[in-house]
Parts: sequence; C-alpha cells; structure tokens
Amino acid sequence: MLETKIHNLTLKNPVMTASGTFGYGEEFADFIDLNRLGGIVVKGTTGERRQGNAYPRMAETPSGMLNAVGLQNVGVDTFCEKVYDRIKDLDTNVIVNVSGSSIEEYCTVAEKINALENIPAIELNISCPNVKKGGMGFGTNPDMAAQVVSEVRKVYDKTLIVKLTPNVTSVVDIAKAVEQAGADSVSLINTMLGMAIDVERQRPYLSTITGGLSGPCVKPVAVRMVWQVAHAVQIPVIGLGGITCAADALEFLMAGAKAVEVGTANFMDPTVTIKIIEGLEDYCKRHKINDINEIIGII
Amino acid sequence: MKQITDFRIVERLQLGEHYFMLKVQHPDTMQPIQPGQFVEVEVKDSREVMLRRPISIHDVDAMANTMSLLIQIVGNGTRKLAELKVGDKLNIIYPLGNGFSVEGKRPLLVGGGAGTAPLLHLAKCYNEKGVRPVILLGGRTADLIPVKEPFAQYGELLIATDDGSMGEKGMVTQHSRFADDYDHIATCGPTPMMKAVARHAKEKGIACEVSLENMMACGIGACLCCVQDTQEGHKCVCKDGPVFDPLTLNNWM
Ligand SMILES: Cc1cc2nc3c(=O)[nH]c(=O)nc-3n(C[C@H](O)[C@H](O)[C@H](O)COP(=O)(O)OP(=O)(O)OC[C@H]3O[C@@H](n4cnc5c(N)ncnc54)[C@H](O)[C@@H]3O)c2cc1C
Ligand SMILES: Cc1cc2nc3c(=O)[nH]c(=O)nc-3n(C[C@H](O)[C@H](O)[C@H](O)COP(=O)(O)O)c2cc1C
Ligand code: FES
Repeated sequence: MLETKIHNLTLKNPVMTASGTFGYGEEFADFIDLNRLGGIVVKGTTGERRQGNAYPRMAETPSGMLNAVGLQNVGVDTFCEKVYDRIKDLDTNVIVNVSGSSIEEYCTVAEKINALENIPAIELNISCPNVKKGGMGFGTNPDMAAQVVSEVRKVYDKTLIVKLTPNVTSVVDIAKAVEQAGADSVSLINTMLGMAIDVERQRPYLSTITGGLSGPCVKPVAVRMVWQVAHAVQIPVIGLGGITCAADALEFLMAGAKAVEVGTANFMDPTVTIKIIEGLEDYCKRHKINDINEIIGII
Repeated sequence: MKQITDFRIVERLQLGEHYFMLKVQHPDTMQPIQPGQFVEVEVKDSREVMLRRPISIHDVDAMANTMSLLIQIVGNGTRKLAELKVGDKLNIIYPLGNGFSVEGKRPLLVGGGAGTAPLLHLAKCYNEKGVRPVILLGGRTADLIPVKEPFAQYGELLIATDDGSMGEKGMVTQHSRFADDYDHIATCGPTPMMKAVARHAKEKGIACEVSLENMMACGIGACLCCVQDTQEGHKCVCKDGPVFDPLTLNNWM
C-alpha cells in the first residue's frame, strides 16, 4: 500500500529520516524499530573527520530552530571502517549524505561509499549553509551544481540523490541543471539561512552568527518548492522541511514528492516517524487508496 | 535502555517564587537511574516552545516507580511546566546521559541554584555505598537554595549565602569547610561556581566531576548541538556527559 520507488530504490513506505537529525540511526534504536522506516539518511560525511563549528550551535525560534553544527562527522574512512558495520544489516535503505568543500572531496567520498555493498544510494549535500567553503556555494549556482554532480556521476554508479538548498532565487533552475548532469533524484529542502539575536546579551545566539532554519516554520516554503520542482523535472523528488505528522507528509506527496524525510521533528518525538507511517496507512484506508502512488503529484 | 513514557504527576510543590518540584510516576516499572542522569520533558500547548527541555533527576523512588524533578522558572518552557497539576501527564524521555561515578570515601558535593537538583539522588547513592558525603549548597539568598532539609538526611549539610541569610556569608568556595580534606568533589550549578570548584580541586589534586548544562535540541546524541570542546574533540553533553572530569575539558577552567 505504501511502497514507493526512487530510481532503483524500493522503499517499503515513503518515510525516511533527514540527514543530521537522526545520527546513524542507532541513537533511535531504543525508541523505534528502524527496519520499519522507508530509509535512513545518515549524518553528512566528508573526506576527513570534522570538528564542526564552535558552541553554541543551536537556538530555538518560533516553531523552528537554527543550527550551526557545521558538518561535524567522523570522516568517510572511519564511516567505512567502523560505522558501516554497525548499520549495514538494517532492513531498510541506509543512505549516506555526502558533503565536501571541493569537487575532489565530493568525488573521493562518493567513490568510497560506492564500494559499500549495503549502501544503495547517496544524497549529495550541495546545500549546507553551515560551512565556510563549498557546501551551499555549489548548490546556489546552476553551473557549479551541474559540475559537481557530473563529476560525482563518473565515480558513483548507484542511486544518486542531490539535496537542494532553498537559499536561491530559482530552485527550479538548480534542479534542472542537476537532472541534466545525471542526478537520479533530488531532495529538498535543506535548511534556510537565518539568524537570531539575544537582545539581553546583545549578541547573536549562534557562534557563527547565521545558521540553518528548520522545523514546522519552513514547511510552506518547502511544499511550494517541491511542487515547483516536481513539475519541472522528470526524476523523482524527495520532499522535506518541517514535517511532524502524516498530514504534513501527505502535503509533500500531493505536491509531487515520491518520498519524504523527517528531520527536526525527531527531536520533539523520537517515535514520530513510526506515527507518520501509521498515519499514512490510516489515511489510505479512510480514503480507500490501494496504492499511495495514486495521490503522489495530484496537485 | 532509554524510554519515552507518559509519566503522571503525583505531587507538585511550589518552592518559593522561582522553583517548583514535580514528582512523577511511571505507569509501569521505571528504568534504573544513575545519579546525575537527566530527562527530556515535553512542553505541551506552548506557542513559543517546540523542543523538549532537559531537567536533572532530583530524586528517585524505585519502589514507588517515581522520580522528582526540581525546576527553576527561567523562561517560556519552564513557566509552562509550572502550570502542570497533579494528575496531569508529562511525556518524558529518560534516563539520559552518563551520571556521576559515586567514587571517594570523603566526598564533597557542591551545588548552586537549580544545580542542587542532581545532588540529592547522588547523596543517596553514596549512602547506599556506606558513605556520608559533605553537601555544600550555595545561593545569593537562602530563598534561592530551593531544597535544603532533605539533604541533611544523607550527609552533612552546609550552606553558604552571599547575603548571609543562612549558613556562612559568602560564596561556596569561601566556606570554612570548603577546603577540608576531601578525596572526591562532585559539583553542579552556575558555570562560574563549577569553574572555581574545579580549579580548587585541580590545585589540591582532588578528583572532580562537573555536570554541564549546554543547550540541547535532542538530548539523545543525534543532533550534535550540545557539544563541549574536550581533549578528545567535541563531545555531546547529552550523551558523553553531562558529567565530565574538568581536566579533560579544553579552555574551560
Ligand atoms: C543536562 C541538563 C540538566 C538540567 N537540569 C535542570 C534542573 O534539574 N532544573 C532546572 O531548573 N534546570 C535544569 N537545566 C536547565 C534547563 O534545561 C533550562 O533552564 C531550560 O531548558 C530553560 O527553558 P525555558 O524555556 O524556561 O527557557 P528559555 O526561554 O529557553 O531560556 C530562558 C533563559 O534560560 C537560559 N537557558 C536556557 N537553557 C539553558 C540551559 N540548558 N542552561 C542554562 N541556561 C539556559 C537561556 O539562555 C535564557 O537566558 C538543565 C539543563 C541541562 C542541559
Ligand atoms: C541539527 C541539524 C543538522 C543537520 N545536518 C545536516 C547534514 O549534515 N546534511 C544535510 O544535508 N542536511 C542537514 N540538516 C538539514 C536537514 O536534513 C533538513 O534538510 C532540514 O532540517 C529541513 O527538514 P526539517 O525541517 O524536517 O528538519 C541538518 C538539520 C539539523 C536541524
Ligand atoms: S542535544 Fe542533540 S546531540 Fe546532544
């Protein structure tokens, strides 16, 4: 009933977790059966181990939060040698979010992940607002976005998802450019660049001054962008941004997403993904829908 | 194992203007809890608050399946939690973090403000090992030390207040008994207080544990928002802490 496809990937349901909000999945194993998820997108992984930005890295804002984690991660080699073994036997799609500061770094990471049998896809993060070099730079210019995708395409032969930033004037132009360059799917949105000031202390809340906004407050923007992109490209679209319940997920599906990712909501309720899956099942029953694909892109 | 559970509030105590205590009961069998561990509580029906709030576990009654939370009202979330009444449900993720080691034969526990919270369960755990700690609590005024008497049951209770309204006048580090011969110090409270305590411990070569209160989003090691800079790189206060040996922290003391 809930099965969907993203290129060569079969998802038992359209609910995945968003990179950077779900660790390597293990952090949630006490709370939910990870095997019930459609997919898990693990933490952004770079060529070398990264320390990320200085504390404080988080500020709560109305119906959302700003983060400036800055891609803290163990690096691709430690991921392959240590982390992979712990998560490779999960009965779900484990997808690695690949980040970098240069085209070479993206390619090195992608090539190493390509060799891991049980990682069926990568999500190329060309949209992180929290790193000084690269990151969002690649995702805000159609030519550069196309360039990094076509280079990665040469070394990566499984499902290549490209994650897009909302911090652009035309997300459709970027989506078309990465489709042309060989992406198998696009996911959107990453966080929106934002800022908050502690007026009592008269300084910004984040050590980096600006950071990435996520949570329910970004959802209408994300739904709009997913709808625009879904109408402009042929490849499957994955929608995310502010999803906290089945109705939110359905908005993205109706706007044209073949699957969704849940991010910040995992912090509020570590069992939220399962509730969303059950909510989708319930919705299909109530509306006599046999196959969730019937409602994908109906708007 | 970590759990997400609807606890029921079985007792609520207002402790002066700024503090209140909630005793909450597990519907079934509560998980074992180490001293110094904390919970992430949900704040319902708030326009401003989306994320959970981390709160230390103040007291535990395993037989009754209850724990107590001592909460200081500082902002929107804690103000909303203060409205909870007996009988209400409180959704809690627990037990989180590492906890104190409960080591030493002559331990000193130093608390300030809301930081006194985890020290009660800690004092009890020392008692279970046959050790009676010295417990030194500080605050600007007596009113700002929310819980005092219950500590006297589990150790020698000493008080320091800035205005001299109770105990000795001055800061905890100026208390006449602060520099006694202890073999272990555990502290939780305002950062300047913990730093002063940790510096003293370092000078005297006494083992020390501090409990940090970095801002958290998830509380379970997933978001990497709560990091502290340590000799082994950024560590999550929610998962690798909140209790740390201050000697392992970079640029902290
Ligand atoms: C591991 C841990 C254990 C804690 N245990 C307790 C406890 O037992 N009792 C208790 O009363 N509080 C405890 N705290 C602090 C408590 O989490 C914060 O006071 C609370 O989150 C504030 O929420 P709020 O919405 O009321 O305030 P907000 O509106 O979020 O903030 C109001 C003010 O409080 C400050 N503040 C917010 N969060 C923190 C924090 N984590 N540390 C210090 N200052 C903060 C803000 O900077 C701001 O100035 C603990 C924190 C941690 C990390
Ligand atoms: C703490 C935090 C860390 C994140 N880290 C990453 C990351 O490493 N790579 C990435 O592509 N997106 C990262 N994101 C963005 C999310 O995956 C997601 O795109 C965004 O938060 C919007 O979804 P949400 O509103 O459901 O959280 C992060 C978000 C948060 C809140
Ligand atoms: S609060 Fe999310 S990792 Fe500590």
